[in-house]
Amino acid sequence: MAKVKSLEDLKKLKTQLENNLNLREKSDNPDGYVQVKVAMATCGIAAGARDVMNRFIEKANEEKVDLIVTQTGCMGYCYAEPTAEVKLPGKDPIVFGYLNPQKVDEIIDKYIKNGELIEGIIPVNYQTIDKDNI
Amino acid sequence: MKDLSLHILDIVQNSISAKATLIEIEVNEQPNNDTLTITITDNGKGMTPEQVIKVTDPYFTSRTSRKVGLGIPLFKQNAEQSGGKLSIISTIDVGTQIIAQFGYSHIDRPALGNIANAISLLVMSNPAIDFIYTHTINKESYLFDTREVKEILGDTPINNTQVVKMVEGMIAENINDLQQNSNK
Repeated sequence: MAKVKSLEDLKKLKTQLENNLNLREKSDNPDGYVQVKVAMATCGIAAGARDVMNRFIEKANEEKVDLIVTQTGCMGYCYAEPTAEVKLPGKDPIVFGYLNPQKVDEIIDKYIKNGELIEGIIPVNYQTIDKDNI
Repeated sequence: MKDLSLHILDIVQNSISAKATLIEIEVNEQPNNDTLTITITDNGKGMTPEQVIKVTDPYFTSRTSRKVGLGIPLFKQNAEQSGGKLSIISTIDVGTQIIAQFGYSHIDRPALGNIANAISLLVMSNPAIDFIYTHTINKESYLFDTREVKEILGDTPINNTQVVKMVEGMIAENINDLQQNSNK
């Protein structure tokens, strides 16, 4: 990709970029995207969450996977940082812990692309049985 | 925290939690005065004078998910270790300004780190918030304003992963230029 230095350069590149993206159909529908939230409070950042977030972005660009990557605060799993919550469209979010850039590759290759579960999931969603429905 | 850019990533989260819509981040390097100053200003909900006193206490946090808050105490520690200081000015409903001054050439001053990356991650994660980033070395400055970038991007979302890489490259190039000019 050519170097962008000024806002003018950005304008030129934007046109090229738009041809590669199918933005418009999806832009009104954030639920249609895979959403990744990297925990980036003090604990996450100190444990290397930035490298994890950068890897999500790079890998998504390499593999041409449409991701929305955002930061979130501390989810209370400081012991397992860096952590990230991954939500596939129409599915419950899953939190992965003890991440590093290699693990991010595995999440994208296996979970995001194929829906395969991998090691390192932190159990967060405890659902209780609704007694009235038994 | 390994470097100052990580502190910026961390401290700006406080502004985001305070529901700021405009966050200004300023890095001012003045080698001749032997200072490096980082200023973060937001228009969030602000703090009471009591809260301002308490935030540098590691056992104070506004969150409920855990009992400690280390972001500001660590930032303050690093500033003071390098012969600098940290101060906070805050007004309820107006916003908060946090100023950290470091000794530029002090051996305990952490490196600035990859600041272009830190800014671009913040911009990406918070497409609804506007960021102004100013980097000054001696008398030369570079200013990055997401409002200008968003205007150019139009319908293209600023949080697209490819757009973010371009934005990061643009900031990095300009900071690089600034550093080269200051060495002349």
